[in-house]
Amino acid sequence: MAKKTTHSIAERDARTQHKIVELAKDISKMTLSGREPQLSIPTRTKSNTLWNRKKGILEMGDGTADRPLFDLKTAKQFMQTMLHASTIKDLIEARKTSSLRGVFYKAKHTVAGTKENTFDTQDESDPILEDLEVALGALREELHVFAENRGSMVGNITIVDKGDEIDCRRMGSGGYALPSIVEPDVIQFKKCEAKFILHVEKGTVWNRFNEDRFWEKHNCILTHGAGQPPRGCRRLLQRLNQELGLPIICVLDSDPWGHYIYSVIKQGSISLAFESTRLAIPEAKFLGIRAKDFRQCGLDDAVKIDLTENDIKRAREIAAYPWFEGHKGWQKEIQAMLTNGFKMEVESLITKDISYVTEVYVPERLKAKDWLD
Amino acid sequence: MDAVSETTAKRRKGATAEELATRQRDISVSEFFAKNRHLLGFDNPRKALLTAVKEAVDNSLDACEEASIVPEIAVIIEDLQPERPASAKSSRYRLTVIDNGPGIVRKQVENIFGRLLYGSKFHRLKMSRGQQGIGISAAGMYGLITTGRPMVIHTKPKAGGPAHHIELAMNTKTNRAEVTTDDEVKDFPPARLAGLSSGTKALSAEGGFLSTEAFRTGTSVSIELEGRYQRGRGSVDEFLELTAIANPHARITFVPPSRESSEDDEGSILAGAEASAATRATATTETGGVVIYPRGVHELPPETREIQPHPKGIELGILLQMLKDYEATEKGSLFKFLQERFCRVSSATAAQMCKAAGATSRTRAGDIEAPQAEKLFQFFQEVRLPPPPTDCLAPIGVRQLLAGLLKGVRAEFYAASSRSAEVYRGRPFQIEAAIAFGGDLPADDPARVIRFANRVPLLFQQSACSSFKAVLETGWKNYNLQQPRGSLPAGPIVIMLHMASVWVPFTSESKEAIADYDEIRKEMKLALMECGRKLGTYLNKRAKMRREGERRDVFERYIGEIAKAVSAITGEDAKRLYDALHAQAKRKTAVADQQLDEDGRVVRGQEDPDDDGVIIVPEAMTGGPVDEAMSGPQSEAPGRRPATRAPGERPARAKPAASSPPAKALPRAKHASPKAASPKRASKPASKPSGKPAPAAPPKVPPPRPAPRRTFPDGPTLF
Repeated sequence: MAKKTTHSIAERDARTQHKIVELAKDISKMTLSGREPQLSIPTRTKSNTLWNRKKGILEMGDGTADRPLFDLKTAKQFMQTMLHASTIKDLIEARKTSSLRGVFYKAKHTVAGTKENTFDTQDESDPILEDLEVALGALREELHVFAENRGSMVGNITIVDKGDEIDCRRMGSGGYALPSIVEPDVIQFKKCEAKFILHVEKGTVWNRFNEDRFWEKHNCILTHGAGQPPRGCRRLLQRLNQELGLPIICVLDSDPWGHYIYSVIKQGSISLAFESTRLAIPEAKFLGIRAKDFRQCGLDDAVKIDLTENDIKRAREIAAYPWFEGHKGWQKEIQAMLTNGFKMEVESLITKDISYVTEVYVPERLKAKDWLD
Repeated sequence: MDAVSETTAKRRKGATAEELATRQRDISVSEFFAKNRHLLGFDNPRKALLTAVKEAVDNSLDACEEASIVPEIAVIIEDLQPERPASAKSSRYRLTVIDNGPGIVRKQVENIFGRLLYGSKFHRLKMSRGQQGIGISAAGMYGLITTGRPMVIHTKPKAGGPAHHIELAMNTKTNRAEVTTDDEVKDFPPARLAGLSSGTKALSAEGGFLSTEAFRTGTSVSIELEGRYQRGRGSVDEFLELTAIANPHARITFVPPSRESSEDDEGSILAGAEASAATRATATTETGGVVIYPRGVHELPPETREIQPHPKGIELGILLQMLKDYEATEKGSLFKFLQERFCRVSSATAAQMCKAAGATSRTRAGDIEAPQAEKLFQFFQEVRLPPPPTDCLAPIGVRQLLAGLLKGVRAEFYAASSRSAEVYRGRPFQIEAAIAFGGDLPADDPARVIRFANRVPLLFQQSACSSFKAVLETGWKNYNLQQPRGSLPAGPIVIMLHMASVWVPFTSESKEAIADYDEIRKEMKLALMECGRKLGTYLNKRAKMRREGERRDVFERYIGEIAKAVSAITGEDAKRLYDALHAQAKRKTAVADQQLDEDGRVVRGQEDPDDDGVIIVPEAMTGGPVDEAMSGPQSEAPGRRPATRAPGERPARAKPAASSPPAKALPRAKHASPKAASPKRASKPASKPSGKPAPAAPPKVPPPRPAPRRTFPDGPTLF
């Protein structure tokens, strides 16, 4: 089994390598034949994102943007793309992986004869890597690039990570840190008793659930994604859902940001629409916090956080997403929040009791199947 | 008035009319101006020195031109108290101005130099620098008052003959000269002057200073006076620089005193430094302290004709006086008077006028009574007459203006325009304007306005001058310049205005500002607008070219990196890739340049397609040879427009010389190569090598490029 994996990795690397060389050869050919060199890169914008109603996920359209060298707007990006392509080829050849930041540093230098840097910040570098992913049709891990670990997991499951067996029942207070690459060749699921996954928005809430051993009492897996969950976290959830058939239940804030996190987990994001098939979990459910909870749980006025103008604008945008547009429950939910005029964080339930959320709120809602999906 | 003072006034014994009458007497003009010397420009020692130089130089230029001699003038200022303490604000100087003019006949010397309000220029309507007959005698009078020393005149009216040597002092009481020395000498120009300093010795050794060949006839005036020599704004240096700009046909040599007077304060030093930077004379040379303003053109200004007054330009009192004068000298008919003493009066018009005055064509002019004269005057105002003739004016001319500016101001863009003659108060005048932009001019300062009247620079009372007001009232924002409300435009620009007229209306006797007549100001604004449009077109084009230049820079910056990266992936030769990309970048922006040219031409096409009033000196940005822009046309094939591009410039920027390049070089002129005019020119750092730049020199940056920038030689430097 291990040997086969190595073999397939070698094959995969060869494939990626080939793609990069082909890309560069195209440029080389254009250059030497006197044609204007240009890259063609699928666009990662809302206008090039399609909503696949049947599958319930976002998909990337066919739209591509030309990135000619001899255009002021794209000249620098053209150079940056070629620099990253070269860096990645080196990584693959050396059979090493690098963090996003590492790649940024590898390609960052002063342009010969000037005071200008090839890259000024990592914010410039990361989107170029995503461009390369879509241009080459290769995923980030295939490019030997990874992001920082983000998010944690505990629960009734044992996994194997690069051959190390990890018992997620014995992770203490910190949990298993979710790596950015969780593909089957890295992580395999070994033994799982859990019946569902409870995904919470951030570490503080996750700590509450973990301290109260919620996962033990309710036989589940407990995860968080430190806000907007990164690709590693989403991919792992998706695999647990697909491969082990575990439902995903989300406990997020009652605000546009929380709604958007749910939307990304469920349908995928615009900028990573090309990966939706690997990341989106159309079955994911939104348990709370709900706009109605202020009254239903009898919360104190102190927990209210006024909606800002920006929040209101964002909420309307989200309500207009095609995947929410025809969803009566969600239209009602967002409308209720707007009518309330305030948002609430999961932590607001602490005003009832420190463990109200783990002992009353979530169990009751689970039992009543009171959620949005 | 209160009661007390009233009674005191009554009680005091007042002077009787008779007593008063004993004290009433004539005031001589000389006395008046000796007391009121500020009216003539002798307010303070520094200005006095300048005014003396100005009056002498004006006279010299006028004299040369009237005698059709191409002027050669030397201005020498000797410091007579070189040992004075460093703190002394002023010193005693001997100013000597020598010209190669026609000289002065012996009997006129006293009148010309020893009397105020004596001259040839006041009574006629002809364009000349001097007008009033005050200048040089006033300078002599000032010298006499401050040093007690007489004026020394050498004048040689005949090429083969001797020179008169006269020393005279003015008696201010009588307004007459008192001659103290009068003899004939052979020594002209005075040999003593050639030996003043190492610089004068060196120059005269090669015949470049006061040579007897150049000064076959001429006049030398020496005045000892209390003065202050200090460079900067309003200095002798500035005056001569500007005079050289407005008189490109004159060669002026200046021997400044050995040291400057001590400064008043720090501020004036700075102001002075700026001024000299703005007008640093590029073609000017200096040898051992002697400054030479070479000749820019070799032809004299066209000769001007004297004209009679225009009926619409006189006042009633003048008319009456003219009638009286005519009766006294000619005793002719009114009909004849009108035709002879006025311009633009045909026999038909004269007959009409006689009729209007209630006289016949045979009525004697002397018989016209005041009421009739008044009717006649009324009729002058109503009748339609052609404007006065304009051949009495000698404008500098667009070509000479450009030559003068090019010589005096180191800029990147020059434009000039010459309006056609107009009339104010029946007197013809003509306005010319020129601007110099960019190059070495200070970028953020307000514009510098240089004003001229009949080719004489006006250095004081700028804000009272009509030309200054015209600059303020022109909307420079329309031409892409900044202009704070109600102020001068800001930017690297020198604005020059010249008024040529048979009578320039000065605001005072010191001739420092032009009076603000609407007709004059309107013409000035129109001339400025013409120049402004040319500048605006150029700036638009330059902005476009700069954008293109930046575009190319961006491409060139990245292709090295791209070539390396692609080579690292594919194994293709990096240099080969680089060369291919570089060629593409060049082609890419070359195409853009071409379009730019066409655009530029479209814009130009809307204007007068034949206007030649523009010079663009691309090299000015990098200090390249301006001389080439001037001498370039001579080496070009005839009929082909000269390209002003430097030889080292990149071909991608090259504009086909045949297809209307934006840069128009000086129209083919007879002007001398500055090198020939001043053999010693290389000794000053500001002067430029006359040869082509060495090929090893860094490539020339095209005009709109911000320097410094990286350039790509043919071989990449990256590998």
